[in-house]
This record gives sequence, structure tokens and C-alpha cells, in this order.
Amino acid sequence: MDTLNLSWLLIAIPLASAGVLLVLGRRVDRWGHWLGVLASAASAAGAIAMLVELLGRGAADRSVGVHLFRWIPAGDLNVDAGLLVDPLSLTFVLLITFVGTLIHIYAVAYMEHDTDRRRFFAYLNLFVAAMLVLVLADSYALLFLGWEGVGLASYLLIGFWNYRSDYAVAAKKAFVMNRVGDMGMLVAMMALFATFGSVNYETVFAAAEGTNQGVLTLVGLMLLVGACGKSAQFPLQAWLGDAMAGPTPVSALIHAATMVTAGVYLIVRSGPIFEGAPTAQLVVVIIGAITLLFGAIIGCAKDDLKKALAASTMSQIGYMILAAGLGPIGYAFAIFHLVTHGFFKAGMFLGAGSVMHGMGEEVDMRRFGGLRRYMKVTYATFAFGWLAILGVPPFSGFWSKDKIIEAAFVGEGWRPLVFGSVALLGAGITAFYMSRLFFMTFHGEKRWNDGHSSTPDTAIARTPVQHPHESPRLMTVPMIVLAVGSVALGGLLSIGGVFTSWLEPVTGVVGDHEPVLPVWLLMTLTLAVVVVGLVLAWRQYAASSVPVIALAGSVLTRAARKDLYQDEVNDGLLVQPGQYLTRSLVYGDRQVIDGAVGGLGRVMVRLGDVTRRLQTGYVRSYAATMTIGLVALVAVVLATRI
Amino acid sequence: MTAFVPPEIDWAALTPILIVLGTAVLMVLIEAFVPTRVRRAVQTVLAVVALGGALVAVAWRWGVVQSQGGSELVGGALLEDGPALFTQGVLLLLSFAGVLIIADRYQGEDAFAPTGAAIPGSTYEEEARRAGLVQTEVFPLTMFAVGGMLVFPAAGDLLTMFIALEVLSLPLYLLSGLSRRRRLLSQEASLKYFLLGAFSSAFFLMGMALLYGYSGSIRLSEIAKAVPAMAGMDSLLLAGVVLVIVGLLFKVGAVPFHAWVPDVYQGAPTPITGFMAACTKVAAFGALLRFVYVVTPGLTWDLSAFLWGIAILTMVVGTVLAIVQTDMKRTLAYSSIAHAGFVLLGIIALDVRGISSVLFYLLAYGLATIGAFGLVALVRERDAEGNITGEASHLSQWAGLGRRSPVLSVCFALFLLSFAGIPLTAGFIGKFAVFSAAIAGGAWPLVVIAVLASAAAAFFYVRIIVLMFFTEPATTADGRETTVVAGEGLTTVAVLLCAVGTVLLGVLPSPILDLAASAAKFML
Amino acid sequence: MTNPYIPILIMGGLALLLGVGGLAASAVIGPKRYNKVKVDAYECGIQPTPHAVGMGRFPIKYYLVAMTFIIFDIEVVFLYPWAVAFSELAVFGLVAMMGFLFLITVPFVYEWRRGGLDWD
Repeated sequence: MDTLNLSWLLIAIPLASAGVLLVLGRRVDRWGHWLGVLASAASAAGAIAMLVELLGRGAADRSVGVHLFRWIPAGDLNVDAGLLVDPLSLTFVLLITFVGTLIHIYAVAYMEHDTDRRRFFAYLNLFVAAMLVLVLADSYALLFLGWEGVGLASYLLIGFWNYRSDYAVAAKKAFVMNRVGDMGMLVAMMALFATFGSVNYETVFAAAEGTNQGVLTLVGLMLLVGACGKSAQFPLQAWLGDAMAGPTPVSALIHAATMVTAGVYLIVRSGPIFEGAPTAQLVVVIIGAITLLFGAIIGCAKDDLKKALAASTMSQIGYMILAAGLGPIGYAFAIFHLVTHGFFKAGMFLGAGSVMHGMGEEVDMRRFGGLRRYMKVTYATFAFGWLAILGVPPFSGFWSKDKIIEAAFVGEGWRPLVFGSVALLGAGITAFYMSRLFFMTFHGEKRWNDGHSSTPDTAIARTPVQHPHESPRLMTVPMIVLAVGSVALGGLLSIGGVFTSWLEPVTGVVGDHEPVLPVWLLMTLTLAVVVVGLVLAWRQYAASSVPVIALAGSVLTRAARKDLYQDEVNDGLLVQPGQYLTRSLVYGDRQVIDGAVGGLGRVMVRLGDVTRRLQTGYVRSYAATMTIGLVALVAVVLATRI
Repeated sequence: MTAFVPPEIDWAALTPILIVLGTAVLMVLIEAFVPTRVRRAVQTVLAVVALGGALVAVAWRWGVVQSQGGSELVGGALLEDGPALFTQGVLLLLSFAGVLIIADRYQGEDAFAPTGAAIPGSTYEEEARRAGLVQTEVFPLTMFAVGGMLVFPAAGDLLTMFIALEVLSLPLYLLSGLSRRRRLLSQEASLKYFLLGAFSSAFFLMGMALLYGYSGSIRLSEIAKAVPAMAGMDSLLLAGVVLVIVGLLFKVGAVPFHAWVPDVYQGAPTPITGFMAACTKVAAFGALLRFVYVVTPGLTWDLSAFLWGIAILTMVVGTVLAIVQTDMKRTLAYSSIAHAGFVLLGIIALDVRGISSVLFYLLAYGLATIGAFGLVALVRERDAEGNITGEASHLSQWAGLGRRSPVLSVCFALFLLSFAGIPLTAGFIGKFAVFSAAIAGGAWPLVVIAVLASAAAAFFYVRIIVLMFFTEPATTADGRETTVVAGEGLTTVAVLLCAVGTVLLGVLPSPILDLAASAAKFML
Repeated sequence: MTNPYIPILIMGGLALLLGVGGLAASAVIGPKRYNKVKVDAYECGIQPTPHAVGMGRFPIKYYLVAMTFIIFDIEVVFLYPWAVAFSELAVFGLVAMMGFLFLITVPFVYEWRRGGLDWD
């Protein structure tokens, strides 16, 4: 019991550390990063203590509310600040603190030459604290605080190198698109409050059953908008690729393992609401299906190592969202895949960082090739991650992704066939683009300038000389740990359904459901498409030579390179109308009214007395606005009478 | 013909208003008899003591109302009830901070012209400046304005409301024209404010006349009683209600009656802008709240299109135009227009929760506004010779301020975050309360727009923060730079008061929310 | 023919007729022989000068006096009905009126002390 009451310390420690690092400033430059690592590790230790405590209890007692203080208590408006420790939140806490600590350690070496390393760690700690608030909150209001907090940390970290203006633009883009999602969250919260008089999980979920389906659908859809913003789901996915501007540890922690999965958490946590709103659930599944294909297609065409990984993240989260939309049969697998993905994707991002470290910050995969001989540890750890994401047995991804594909095939009517096929197809495309990425980076011939061999290709000779080398121990150890997770975690947690029964108190009983096709057939089919994808990629990117300059490519390739025109669509749909609106309003205020009446003033200017008359003209134009407004309003009100 | 019966006057209940107005009269006499040297000190002390005393009196009356319920004073011309006392308390608190900022000066110069009547740029003005003349009339004028504001939300009939409106407006017209720097801009602002204010007063009077013609009374409660029986005369009633509301909407700066706001906020002396932006809005919303909640509940269906339209226009126009401003005071002016739109949401809710949420929002908004303008007054330009001149109000001049004056910048960022409605500031709780009241009142489409608008608004608030903390400071070609003056410490006290209030209301809003909720219960 | 507003309308018409008629009649039938004294300011007001001070604006002091005049004018307007209803309003009326007169006096004292009544 005592351990759980201290759960607020998990949040307070990294927060305090962030505060110390920011306030003390340059004075702590020498040891500040170790303080950051320590704070994160302390949280991880606390999380493990809590796990032990919970495991010692019966399944029914594993959900514990920890009341902190009354945040907004007055009359009808009651918001308590409290934490909720249950298997679901604790799973996240363990993932965040454990993977977070590994990435902190990695970053000590990765950011060694950056003068602002201390500030970087302050932001990372801030992120960990905010993310823990998000998952530990026991009400939507507190969740929202964490939600905004991770948004802020993400904004700060994407724009960490803000002296590059395009990086600053990327940060702003992420911020703005997240605000769109936040808007959905806020509306959902208001609607919840208006309906149930509370935004506490317990009260809301208890009352959700038997509530008007229309209200639940509205809330569900608005929560989905929030989830889409944060988890880079269609149609709010555009920011994730640009977010790769941040330092690589950030991409691994925030934009692969933890923050972007907050949307999945939100949907699984809000399960009781979605179960009362089948329409909203269907929309969730559709969004997940679209995004998983969308991301996979983009992933096939990207030559930027990190952006290809980002596209893959988007696609994998699409899988999780799809599973989360399936209801109780999918919740546990969504979270399961989230955990395994957190390990293998973080591992691969760290690998990518290691490659960049060894190759002078180069990210273009067409300028890599044959690196397996130079970075053995990176190569091996990356290979495990690669096998895991492909879903090759017995690696982690197999246990989680296969289950999602199976779950997608459960049901009646057209849905299992459509969604199942999409999930299956996605697995094949994933195999192709991940293998493409892997082979282009580590296999094939060298496509970089090693300084002495005179290459016939002038395009290569003109690039700076590279001396690929393995990264220091501080970077490789976290990669190795994550690789172990990529290999074994999925299998370990699947033995006897340990993980699903652990989550059962929150997500409900999975039960036995028969897919529309037999399970052995599905497994065979999945493995078959994966092998096809892999072989295709091998033929094109490992067995034959890869051009250093990308070819023009087909229409689809070109579209995929430009993120399937998502920026253009956003620009056309949102940005430009917004600009027109702004301009016309400004124009209306300054030109139309002043112009019409000020025109009179200007005529008078010629007659004499310059300034005073002009100003009279302006006031008159204001008075004219007021009168016109008044007349219009009286007309409107009287018209409603008639 | 009935015999004349003198109205009962409960002097005890009038104490807050009497203290303020009595002090104002006393201050006029001080202007007449006390020697120039000590006038400023005497007036400052007197203003602070009077406002503090009035605040204590309001607290005392609050206790009385809590135990005995609200009552009608002076034959119903004034009302003493929960919302009135809460609004008066907020007003006195905000004017307390406002007066401190008004009284502050830097190197012996306050924010006001040495002689308001002098022609700008004339030798006479220059001589007055050298002689160190001070226009201490600022203090009685402010006190008269505060007195009018105290009466405004407590008025029980339209005539009292109108007189209160004029008592609070006339001093403000004058004060707007007294800026020490940029005299022409200031006088222009004063004239514009006066003309348009007179124009809107005419609307108010016309509406009052129509309502009298309809109901035969100017008492709010009597008009409300007459509303259900509107056969055949409904256009008189509706036009009257719309005209009165428009007169009040002018004071809060709702679109399309907002045109004066940016010009006047920019031209007026900055301490006055802060005082005006916070207190006038609080008082006018208090009056609007009373009028709408007492008179119009029977007219919801007729007025909803009108009020919804105004609210939407106000939020959208305020936000969008704030984004394109380049001047700090104009940006804050447009942002205050947008905030007026948010408060309108709580008024539209027509619900007990609406009243309490509006009251809370006004306090949160007022604190951040006074604080923000107080800080704007401290950020000045310095020319190549090192002389401190006018305020550096162009946005670009604020670049990099966070490095040179971290405390000031952090406070300013805090107020901006409160404007933006970020959690853990007063603004967030206020927005949350108002929005949920509006949803409970069935106005969820408005809330969607409001949330969109506040999302867009967050952009320009954050832009200013980024400008202050992450941008290199700029020096203009002629060697002018931005610097921060210290003042005599009065502004610092006021700003800290506002900052502490903003954080406290954001973290522990419960006592004040409770207070607002119980205030709403005692609405007469 | 029983509308009570008819006499008021007739009254208004008469007033208009008298005002406009008088001006029109003098313009039509009056002799027009001007000399310097006749176009001079009559009884009160200030001497117009060929080059008006401040682009034809009156000195600000003129407005001060004018405003003081209007304030006392309005004071008298209030005093008349009070005088008529004096006995009915009794002590309440007396106290209220004294308060009103005191409040009018305060700004007058201010104006006097600060030299607002000195012409030069």
C-alpha cells in the first residue's frame, strides 16, 4: 500500500530534476546530464517496486486510486487531482521509465558535443514527468494537463536545434497540428462534463452504460480527433515526418516509443465510452486501417533513414489503433503490440542514431550500404529489431502483430474481410520497406566516399570522406538491452497469456473468438506475404546495385516521397482558407469601412485642413460600423418574430 | 395622486460606494487647497486607503448578504446581492492594483502629460514639463470612474444604470487623452472614445425610452414582469432590449461595436489602458449579466440568434485580427475583444453556473490584463544617447527581452499563458468554467468555435513568448534599443499581486470558485 | 378629434411658424444698410479679429466660462421644481437639495482656486 501512495514521486522526481537543470543553468553543465539519467532511473526503480506490489495482490485489487488534492472543487465543478495505478497505467509507466532510462543513457554519449546538453536533459526529464502525468491521471482533466505537457516537451525538443529555421518550422508544425487534436480533447471533456457532471474516469465509465448513444458517439469521435493529433493518425499525421528534425534520442523516445502511442492509450482507457458508441468504434478502425496503409506506402519511398522509420511508426500505430477500435478482443493486443513496438522501434531508432553518428550525420540511405562490416553491434541489434517488426517467429513482433491480424479477422459481414485483408497487406508492405531500409543501409556495396578507392561514380566522390566506426559503449549498451527485448519480450509475455490476463481487470476478458478463416491458415498467409516482401526487397536492394541519385520513379513513388501530398492537402484545405479569412477580415476592417467612408474624408483633404478632417472621417467610419451593426441586429431580432 | 413617501435609505449598505465617491469629492478639494509639492503623495495614499477601505466594507456587506439575503436599496434604484458584491469586490481589487500602477513614476515622470490642455509640442508644454508640473487630477478622476463602476452592476433600474455608465465613462474619456508621450495619438484616442461613447449612450437611452414605452417602468424587475404580456407591442420591447444591450456591448468592446478598442487602448496612457481594459469590462459585464438575466429569460428564443451572432463575431474577429497586429498594445486590445466573446458564452448560458463562471472569468482576465499592461509600461525605448523615451510597444522591440529581464519576461509570459488558457493558470479555469456552463446551456456549437478560437489565439500568445525568450534582440538603425525601467516599486507590487493571483487561481481556484458559486445563488 | 396630442402639435406648428416667419420676414422686408457698429458683436461675446487666433478657434477660457454657466443653469433648473414641491418633499427634499448644492460647489471651488475664472 505504501509504495502506491508514493506514486506521485515517480512524477515529482523527473520534474524536480528538470527544474534544477533549468534553474541552475550553466553551473551544472558538467554533471547535469547524469542528474537527468539518475532521475529517470529512480522513476524506473519506483515503477518496478509498484509492479512487485501489484503482482502481490489478487487480480481484482490491482486498480488503486491515489487521491492527491482537490484541484477545482466548487459547487458543480468538481475536479480532483488523483492518480490511478492499475495494470494498464503501470504497463505504460514501466515502458516509459525503462525505455526512457536507456535512451537517457544513450543520449549522454550521443549529445556529448552539444553545448546545450544540459538543457536537452532538462527537456527529456520534463517529458518523462508529463508523460507519467498523462498515463497516471485518474481524470480527463489531469490527463489533459499531461497531454499538453508532452506536447510542450515535444515542441521544445523538435526545435532543439532551432538555429536551423526549417527545424523551427517543423516544431511549429507539430505544435499547431497538435492543437487541432487538443481541440477535440477539450470538446470531448466539455461534453463529458455537461453529460455526467464530472470528468473523472470512475464516474464517467460507471455512468457511460445507458447513456444516450449520440452523446457517446460525439465524445468518442472527439477523443479520436485528440488521439489522431497526438498519435499522428490520418488526417493529422503530417507532422511526424518533420518531427524527425529533433535529435535522434528524441525520435526514439517521444516519436516512436511513448508519446505518439498516447492516442492508443486514450482509446483503450476510454473503452467503456467507445463500447457504447459502435459508430465511433467503426471510425476508429477505419482510421487505423487507412493510416497503416498510408504509412506503409510512404515508408516504401523515403530515402531519409529517420523519415522512413517515422513512416513505419505511423503505420505500426495504425495497427494499434485498429486493434483498439475492435473492442475488448483488441485492447490487450493493441497494448501488447505497443509495448513490443516500443522496444524494437526505439532500438532501431537508436541504431539509426548510431549509424548517423558513424557517418557524419548523413541520413540519406542511398549514401550508405555495406555498413555491416564497420558497425557490428549496430548491425546485429538493428537486425533483431528488423526481424521483430517483420513478425518473424519467435521474435517479439510476431506475438503481438499476428494477434492483431487474427483479431481483425473476427466478426461478421464485410468488416473482418476488409480490415483483415488490410492488416495482412500491411504486413507484406511492412516486410518490403523495412527490408529495403535494412539492406540499403547495411548490405550491398559501399555508396559512400571512403577516401582512397577511386570510385568511378563522381556523385560519390564529391561527397565528404566518411570513416564509419562503431559507437561508444554508452550508446551500444542501451541498444543491446533493447535488442534483447526485441528478441524475447514478446515470447516471454505470451507464455500462458501472461500479459493479456494481467491487463484483464482493465480491458475486460478477451474470450474465445473464431476468426472467419482458420488460425493456421492466417499464420501461414501472414508468413507468406512477409517472405514475399522480404524477397522482393532483397532482389532490388541487396542483390542488385542501388543508384545513388534517386530515379524519377512512378507516380505512386513520387506521391509517396511527398508524403502522399499530405502537406499540399492541408495547405489547400486549412492554411489557405485561413489566410484568406484573415486577409479579408483585415481588409474589411482597414479598407472597406475606412475606404468607403474615408473616401469622403480624402475628398475633403483636397479642400483643406489635413489631419483633423481625416480623423473625423475615421471616427465617422467607426460610427458607421456601429450603426450598420445595430440596424442589422435589430432587423435580425425582429425578423425572428415574424 | 398619492402623497410623496421618502425612500428608505440603508446607509450601511451604501458604504462601499459612499467611501469611493466621498473620497473622490475630497480629492477635488485637495486639488484646490493642498500645495502642489505634497499633492501627489496625499492623493496616492488617500486613493489606496479608500480602495482598501471600500474592499473591507464589501467584505462586511458580503457577510450580511450571506446571512440575510440580498435587498433593494434606495427604493429599488440600487440592489445589494451576491453578483453585485462579488463584482464590486473584483473591481476594487483590480482598481487597487490599477491605482498603484497609475501612481508609479520613473525619474520623477509619471505616465501623464504635465498639462493636459497644452497644445502638443508647444513651448508652453515644454516649459510645464521642465517645471515638473504634475496633473494629479488623475487620482480624483480615477476614483470617480471607480465609483461609477461600483454602481453599474448594482443598478436596479435603467436610469441608475445610465447615470453610472456616464459617471464611469466621462473620467475615462479625459484620462485617455493625458498620455505624456505621443500626445497626438492620445488626444485622438480621447476624442474618438468620447464621440463613439456618446453615440452608444444615445443607443442606450433610446432603448430605455422604448422599454419605458412598452412597460411603463424603468425598473428592471417591472420590465421583466411585463415581458410575458407582449401582445402587439413586441417590436417595441425587442428593439428596446436590443438597443440597451448594444449600449452595454459597446463598453465591453464586442464586435461590431469594437472599433474604438484598439485605437483607444493604444493611444491612452498605458496604466490607464490597463485600468480601463480590466475594470470597465468587469463593470460592464456585471451590468450586462444583470440585464440579460433579469429581463430577457422570457425572450431567449428571440434573442439567441442575436447574441450567438455577436459572440461568434467577437471571438473570431478578435482572434484573427490579434494575429496580424505588430504593436503590443493593439495585440492586447484585440485579445481583450476576443476575451469579451468568451465571456459572452457564459452570459448566453442563462444558468446559475453561467453567472458564477462569468464572475470567475472576469477576475482571472482582469488580473492578467492589469499585470500585462503594467509591464508594458515598463518596457521603454532608449535612444543612441542613452535617454529613456517612450514605450517600446512594437512587437519586434520585445525580441530577446527574456535574457535581459528574466523576471519581467516570466511574469509577462505567465499573463499571456493565462490569456491563452493553459492549465495551472487562472485563465484555464475561467475558460473551463465558462465553456462547460455554455455546454450545459446547450450552446455547444459556440463552444466548438470558442475552442477553435482559443487554439488559434494560443498561437500568437506563444509567438510573443518565443519572441521574448528565443529570439535575438534587435537594435534599430538609429541606435535605439529596448530597455526596462524600474519605477518606484509600485508597479512591481501591483504586478506581483496580479501574478500571484493568476497562479493561485490556477492551482487552487476552489475558494474563489466557491465564492462565485455562492454569489450566483443570491442573485435578486 | 379627441387625440390629446393635437394641441401639442398645433403648439409646435405655431412655434415653428413664429421662429422661421420672423427670420424670413426680416430678411424679406427689413432694410439692409450696414455700418461698422451694426456688424459688431452685440452685447456679449468676443471681438472677432481679421486673423483669428488658432485658425478661428475660440480661446479655451471661453469654454470654461460657458461650461460654468451651463452647470449653474442646470442647478437652477433643478431648483425650480424643488421650490414648487417644497412643502410636500419636506425635510427629505431639503437634505437632498443641500447635498446637491454642496456637490455643485466643490468643483466650483476647485475651478476658482486653480484660476479657472481669471480671464488672463
